[in-house]
Amino acid sequence: MKDEVTLMKGNEALAMAAIRYGADAYFGYPITPQSEVLEKLEEEMPWETTGMVVLQAESEVAAINMVYGGAMTGKAVLTSTSSPGFSLMQEGVSYLAASEVPALLINVQRGGPGLGTIHASQADYFQACKGGGHGDYRMIVLAPSSVQEMADMVALGFDLAFKYRCVSMILADGTIGQLMEKVVLPEQRPRRTDEEIRQQCPWAVNGRKGMRPSNVVTSLELDDDKMEENNWRFQATYREIEKNETRCELVNVEDCDYLITAFGTTARIAMKTMELARKEGIKVGLFRPITLWPFPEKQLREAAKNVKGILCVELNAGQMIEDVKLAVECKMPVEHYGRFGGNVPTPDELLNVLKEKLINK
Amino acid sequence: MEMNDIIKPENKVYSAPALLNQVHMHYCPGCSHGVVHKLVAQVIEEMGVTEKAVGISPVGCAVFAYNYIDIDWEEAPHGRATALATAVKRLWPENLVFTYQGDGDFSAIGTCESIHACNRGENIAIIFINNAIYGMTGGQMAPTTLLGQKTATCPYGRRPDLNGYPLAITPLLAQLDGTCYVTRQSIHTPANVRKAKAALRKAFENSINCKGTSVVEIVSACNTGWKLTPEKANKWMEENMFAKYPLGDLKNLEEGIQR
Repeated sequence: MKDEVTLMKGNEALAMAAIRYGADAYFGYPITPQSEVLEKLEEEMPWETTGMVVLQAESEVAAINMVYGGAMTGKAVLTSTSSPGFSLMQEGVSYLAASEVPALLINVQRGGPGLGTIHASQADYFQACKGGGHGDYRMIVLAPSSVQEMADMVALGFDLAFKYRCVSMILADGTIGQLMEKVVLPEQRPRRTDEEIRQQCPWAVNGRKGMRPSNVVTSLELDDDKMEENNWRFQATYREIEKNETRCELVNVEDCDYLITAFGTTARIAMKTMELARKEGIKVGLFRPITLWPFPEKQLREAAKNVKGILCVELNAGQMIEDVKLAVECKMPVEHYGRFGGNVPTPDELLNVLKEKLINK
Repeated sequence: MEMNDIIKPENKVYSAPALLNQVHMHYCPGCSHGVVHKLVAQVIEEMGVTEKAVGISPVGCAVFAYNYIDIDWEEAPHGRATALATAVKRLWPENLVFTYQGDGDFSAIGTCESIHACNRGENIAIIFINNAIYGMTGGQMAPTTLLGQKTATCPYGRRPDLNGYPLAITPLLAQLDGTCYVTRQSIHTPANVRKAKAALRKAFENSINCKGTSVVEIVSACNTGWKLTPEKANKWMEENMFAKYPLGDLKNLEEGIQR
């Protein structure tokens, strides 16, 4: 079959990819700049085709709890929102993690704090990667830098969530969400049957079919020793994920003197900066983490082995830079450059910063 | 006739429902939860829907309902039970889906989710235990606490100028187009227990048959929180609670809601 190339927004690609994945339900609440996800789903009416449930909730709090309720039954359930909405969801995210149920969450970030701006930002890196809700938990965090990746990461996120019984999230930003570009959508997969779900998720809460023993999914455990045991089990899963699931893109790192680290929208800008620098004879490489958690620290350490300095570019005041510094153990200068409030840097701007902070220092 | 001639399996007129786990309940003696749990187990058994039943337990005294009734359960964050139930029923439309919530969970922290689930006409049954106090956390004021009633957080009695008024949420829900059955019951006498059981059965049947949202409020006693003996608590409930929360059906659409 010939690839079906279409032109669409990142947000629309998320919606289409969810239908094509065979997702069972989407619950969400409108918020700029990601409302096209829900709009596209309502327009497509997947309940008429694949049988996917789409529901506009009364708030992000309700939406995440619908996700929680649906995920506990073994179904493939997702939501999407933008930064203030994701803050509202944090309670539910903690419960999802504590209950070890798979779910896919999407944050198309906008600038904060507070109501902030409706334009792109990467200021929720800490919230996503270090745990925004209460308790010790982690989510797999995927950072798309193209509309194609928006589409592809829906399947990847769901598959990883089901593999490890954990929460996956796509940490996009307003630019990728609103950007229109070419995308090849995945082929339509059938939704799993109820029987397949029962077999794949024997823990799930969906009625004692065949009078099997009852299933209870809860995040509550008042026995301290048992709760500690639960926590060790969560941590063991996280270590396993760290071992197996780091992903990154490395460009021109073999001979580079300087490395730019950036993810999402910023990585695309940095890619251009790298080209400009190379034209001037400055050997610049790019390290783009695709999983922000687990952070690809080994790959970064290896790529940065011989560099004279690292420039970490983000749409925030300095968040991923902490993981960059830890990964390279501060063995070389690591500088940060951030734009925020909805602003993004230009390639030239980054080249000047690179010269100023690292090369001509 | 000797006693031993009477005590025979064939003469047995009552036994605990098989779905009620034979474990010690953590509820206080005199509390209404135990009786309501028994009724829920009985109704599910009598309807023959154990394989389809999914309960959503709340945060509050009934948080451990899943330890007592042997069906599938989800344990919800505080107040969010109807949001969870919404997803379960939409994803498994043939199931019986019900929430079991107290007054704090359902009508304070969860008010938004409660109203919107009812307004959407989700095909779920809501069991709403109203005992006018927070039991689990130790007797604090609830939205349903009566004026003048003393609790840990209104130790001199609830005052409208300081604390606002007792919230009767059920009549409000009866006005919504999404609710098909809204009723207020109690379990303080054998006759009321029977009525409450019939109400639960109707609500559960409505969920299975997708007729809209059913709300069964059960005006209940919390003798520990009220600092009364079980007997005096029931009397206090009759004299004070029923005035503000009168028993009876508030709405009953036999054919279900209009869609």
